[in-house]
Amino acid sequence: MEKRVIIGKKEFSWKTFFLQWEWMLVLIFILVNVINANLSPYYLNADSLRDATMTFLDKAFIVLPMVFIIILGDIDISVASIVALSSVVMADLYTMGVPMELAVVICLAVGTLCGYVNGLLITRFKELSAVIVTLATMIIYRGIAYILLEDQAAGKFPEWFKFLGWGYVGSVPFILIVFAVFAVIFALLLHKTTFGRRVYAMGSNLTASQFSGIQVDKIKILVFTLAGLMSAVTALFLTSRMGSTRPNIATGYELDVIAMVVLGGISTSGGKGRMIGAILAIFLIGFLRYGLGLVNVPAQMLLVIIGLLLILAVMVPNLKGYLRKWVKI
Amino acid sequence: MPEYSLQKTSAGASIAKFRELGLLVFILLLCVGVQLRNPSFLTLENINDMVTNTAILSILAVGMMLVIVTRGIDLSIGATLALSGMISAMTVSAYPDTHPLLAILLGTAVGIVSGMIIGLLVSKAGILPIIATLGMMNAFRGMTFMVSGGKWVSAHQMPDSFKAIATSSIFGLNTLIVIAIVIYLIFFYFITYTRTGRQIYAVGSNPDSAKISGISNDKILWLVYTIMGGLSGLAGVLWVSKFASAQGDTASGYELSVIAACVLGGVSIAGGSGKISGIILGSILLGILNNALPLINVSPFWQMGIQGSIILIAVVINALVKRGVDKSNLMRRRI
Repeated sequence: MEKRVIIGKKEFSWKTFFLQWEWMLVLIFILVNVINANLSPYYLNADSLRDATMTFLDKAFIVLPMVFIIILGDIDISVASIVALSSVVMADLYTMGVPMELAVVICLAVGTLCGYVNGLLITRFKELSAVIVTLATMIIYRGIAYILLEDQAAGKFPEWFKFLGWGYVGSVPFILIVFAVFAVIFALLLHKTTFGRRVYAMGSNLTASQFSGIQVDKIKILVFTLAGLMSAVTALFLTSRMGSTRPNIATGYELDVIAMVVLGGISTSGGKGRMIGAILAIFLIGFLRYGLGLVNVPAQMLLVIIGLLLILAVMVPNLKGYLRKWVKI
Repeated sequence: MPEYSLQKTSAGASIAKFRELGLLVFILLLCVGVQLRNPSFLTLENINDMVTNTAILSILAVGMMLVIVTRGIDLSIGATLALSGMISAMTVSAYPDTHPLLAILLGTAVGIVSGMIIGLLVSKAGILPIIATLGMMNAFRGMTFMVSGGKWVSAHQMPDSFKAIATSSIFGLNTLIVIAIVIYLIFFYFITYTRTGRQIYAVGSNPDSAKISGISNDKILWLVYTIMGGLSGLAGVLWVSKFASAQGDTASGYELSVIAACVLGGVSIAGGSGKISGIILGSILLGILNNALPLINVSPFWQMGIQGSIILIAVVINALVKRGVDKSNLMRRRI
């Protein structure tokens, strides 16, 4: 009888290794940097590049849990509103005399609670897609922020709070260090733990995962709660950087975040993608923005570019399918 | 749950009818409540104002209903509206002799082109509607700023004939209301009596069987987003004419109100169901809320929160009603 060989691990081949989306991202990243350096002589400067990371890393904290959500096949468009609400609550409490340390903790708690409510609604009402639930909570959370602060701005935070957005440890921006720590934690969580494996399983087949004993609701709630918590972290850094907050803070962040995740090769149909892709995409879009900003490309033009980039990124895998079909015929 | 017999369909339909009745009763109660607080609410003048303000919302709701029926969603309509409004406003300010009808046609054409692009992305390139429209929303919004160079087109730059689109009246009714009524009649006929209209529902309720039965899903999807774009383009011209100003951030976030009107009117996010009568009621309810809240001294900053809560409550009630229908269907099968 022939001996059966069960292949547990795919054989390593250089061809498949280099034909990955992540390498494509690295190439685009290099291309963006070369173009930027040619466009502006001020671009290639270690100090300014380092400081540029401080301007775009605030939203990167939401990208990390959003990778989980999109791998689950869901989407969360309420994150920007959670940023606004937790930031406004924090500022409101501080101006009412609550000590800043406590206000920061409450800010994180508010974000976590918002995320938990999202998760709870999505799992309790399975008929409703995550799109519509987070659409509703997106309006509600920002609505509450408007109720609290109306059209005012709140600020005048203590000196130490400014450190979050502006501080350096040695010569490295504080926000970069915090982001690196979180990125490692989330990457390990996704790729090295059973929790991460279960998220992938749920993304590729929810019913099968449920029948194989995964507590799908629990995991979904946890993932959405994480998104809420990280939105609150973003709120901390963003508020610290801006120095004050308004109810319309972080408008449009959900698009940036989703664009980064999708550009990072995480499939919107769920179950596919890696954390490293999303992290590369964060820096790609960040440096693209910074470089084009240096040569005075207007912000509205950037809006168009990011929007088109998002669509292009989603289209590429589909085009590959088309091409393959076409070549076969 | 697939429905096998006629009886079950009628059970679902009766509950849906009850739903609309419930909405109507809610609207009436709301009106009475507001009227008791502020007697100027149910005056002819205010009602006319309210319906005129709701006209644009209800025009957009028709297109959004078709999109949601095919299981999609369109977040780009606010941006499409701004783009078409800006282009037509700039045209009439550069050529004041332009006939208003021509301006309307131009705006609608801009909208149709935008809608066709989104439709292609959704149907041919297979991009999720939410991603495609989120991306194009930014592209269109950015284009609006670029076309205008960040400037506004304000009232004194527009010829009177253009502003008259929204202020004139036909048969004693405001032109906006007349346009909305005509659109409702056309689309009622379209989705009830034409083959293509029925195919939209077929694609929405079961894409696979629609395909097998010979419907070209791609074409239907493309058509639906094109209609949505065309209606947003038309709404853009009406909006600019009504408010007599075109800005880069015109109607930003308006898509949420439109989706809210559809969801309130019982259009199911899961696709395949939604009625013209429902979205009329949904739009009117939103219009009443927008009009009545300031009248009973609710701060405008509360509006967003209230609107969001109403959307959430409406979708949750929709879900619970559907659960009830499914349960009763199962019970019937057991007997």
